Amino acid sequence: MAINEETVKQVAKLAKLEIEENDIHKFTTEIDSIIDMVEQLEGLDTEGVEGTYHGISHHNVWREDKAEKGTDKEALFKNVKTRKNGYIEVPAMFDNGGSEA
Amino acid sequence: MNFLDYTLEELHEKLVNKEVTAVDLVEASYKRIEETDESIGAFLGLNKEEALKTARETDERGIDPSNILSGLPIGIKDNIMTKDVTTTAASKMLEDFVPVYDATVIEKLKEVGMITIGKLNMDEFAMGGSTENSAFKLTRNPWDLNKVPGGSSGGSAAAVAAGQVPVSLGSDTGGSVREPAAFTGLVGVKPTYGRVSRYGLIAFGSSLDQIGPFTRTVKDNALVLNAISGHDSRDSTSYQGETPDFTEGIDNGVKGLRIGVPKEYYNEDAKEDGVIKAVREALDLYEKLGAEIVEVSLPHSKYGIPAYYIIASSEASSNLQRFDGIRYGYRSENVESLEDIYVKSRSEGFGLEVKRRIMLGTFSLSSGFYDAHFKKAAQARTLIRNDFDKVFKEVDVLVAPTTTTTAFEIGGKIDDPLAMYMSDILTVPVNLAGVPSLSVPCGFSNDMPVGMQIISKHFDEQMMYRVAYAFEKETDHLSRKPSLKGGE
Repeated sequence: MAINEETVKQVAKLAKLEIEENDIHKFTTEIDSIIDMVEQLEGLDTEGVEGTYHGISHHNVWREDKAEKGTDKEALFKNVKTRKNGYIEVPAMFDNGGSEA
Repeated sequence: MNFLDYTLEELHEKLVNKEVTAVDLVEASYKRIEETDESIGAFLGLNKEEALKTARETDERGIDPSNILSGLPIGIKDNIMTKDVTTTAASKMLEDFVPVYDATVIEKLKEVGMITIGKLNMDEFAMGGSTENSAFKLTRNPWDLNKVPGGSSGGSAAAVAAGQVPVSLGSDTGGSVREPAAFTGLVGVKPTYGRVSRYGLIAFGSSLDQIGPFTRTVKDNALVLNAISGHDSRDSTSYQGETPDFTEGIDNGVKGLRIGVPKEYYNEDAKEDGVIKAVREALDLYEKLGAEIVEVSLPHSKYGIPAYYIIASSEASSNLQRFDGIRYGYRSENVESLEDIYVKSRSEGFGLEVKRRIMLGTFSLSSGFYDAHFKKAAQARTLIRNDFDKVFKEVDVLVAPTTTTTAFEIGGKIDDPLAMYMSDILTVPVNLAGVPSLSVPCGFSNDMPVGMQIISKHFDEQMMYRVAYAFEKETDHLSRKPSLKGGE
């Protein structure tokens, strides 16, 4: 086993996901077999090889620094679930336990 | 009016000659959807009112004889933003999401006068190879309703194969246009990374994603790619060089060309030998037409799947952080704190496969595993890319099967994520290298279509289309039409 249920719980916490207790075993087995598969890369000699992190090699792209009209504020609020006084409304952050992050 | 009987150029001719109107074409599309989509399940949403309005305006204005695509209907994968038309990425997370802008490709299609018929089903957030990961519905393969249409752009493939629309757009991160094209007997293209703007495409693996067309013929495909390509200041990874006319030189034939056959892509012990047999017959034909067939090696191919799943999942885990239940998308009802909004909204809004990928990506990027996973995969990617650079010094194109089998049964792989991942074995190296690839129908195995991929150098889509066109011209696979029936 490359990973165990504790690791899965820890990674889920980092990813802001909750895996139900009933599913954790199955999930761990699946992720473990996927990690086993990707670890085939261990057999590859990559000494001195630069990594590729982009689709194509490119240089920085510049544009004129001029003001342009952005998207209309009302349009941006179209998909917001709850709003108040021009803001997005969310539950109180500090009174109810708050973020662990 | 059956779209399966006409090319885009023929439809255009009928519009110019006033044999049909744009309204007729749009109505024919909706009629066909009404007749067939209950069994196919390609569409998630229709854009009927606006499509008919646009068609009427097009007819009033008159068809421009120099603009082949004007007035023609098109279907759009549901991860491409369409202003005021619900765009879900087939996820509960975006079930009621209505974009406030058009993706660049949609703007470009509007400029040439194409008419969006509706939004097409897919694997949730484009993660999958069968469209079974859609949160909303199953899509069936028009050649055999018991089989998958492939994925993740399964709706885009099924809609064209079933004659509901003459053309559609999909997206390809690891094979999501080419695999469904192969499974449904269509031409599907993954352009060179950077050829088509990704602005307004819901991000999955940003260094891999490209939008590409599904069509029945090679030339139709080149015409649509012409319309959607080009630099876009809103996507800084889009290519700043020229966009050529992809139909130019398409009929130059293959005489004197060198066609590379990457031996790693021809597993002769494969489960379904009909696939390699069909591709080998195509190679014989190319030889007859005057091409030179050269065996080549892409020695790092076997590292494609592990490198791809690390890179794509890592990028996805980062891209999908934006779904936090605050500004848009699903928000859990069941929340007491801010942390709850994040965790519960994401846990209830994302499906199982999306969670698996986010988990794998988060793990691969976490301290302690970054070097062994993400960095190692990025290095493997360099070696895979170098393999392609090297063989393209010797050959003009590479020809290989698109998939190892034809379309599989619905339910056949969905409970085995690894088996599903392995279906991408012949398509992911192309995305890692960034080169363009086209899948063209090259025959049948067990009565299901077989796809052959033609891979060319970065930004040499013209060569890819030319080689595909030469094959299509000499063969007759298009005359066979899907049954729209279940298996025996």
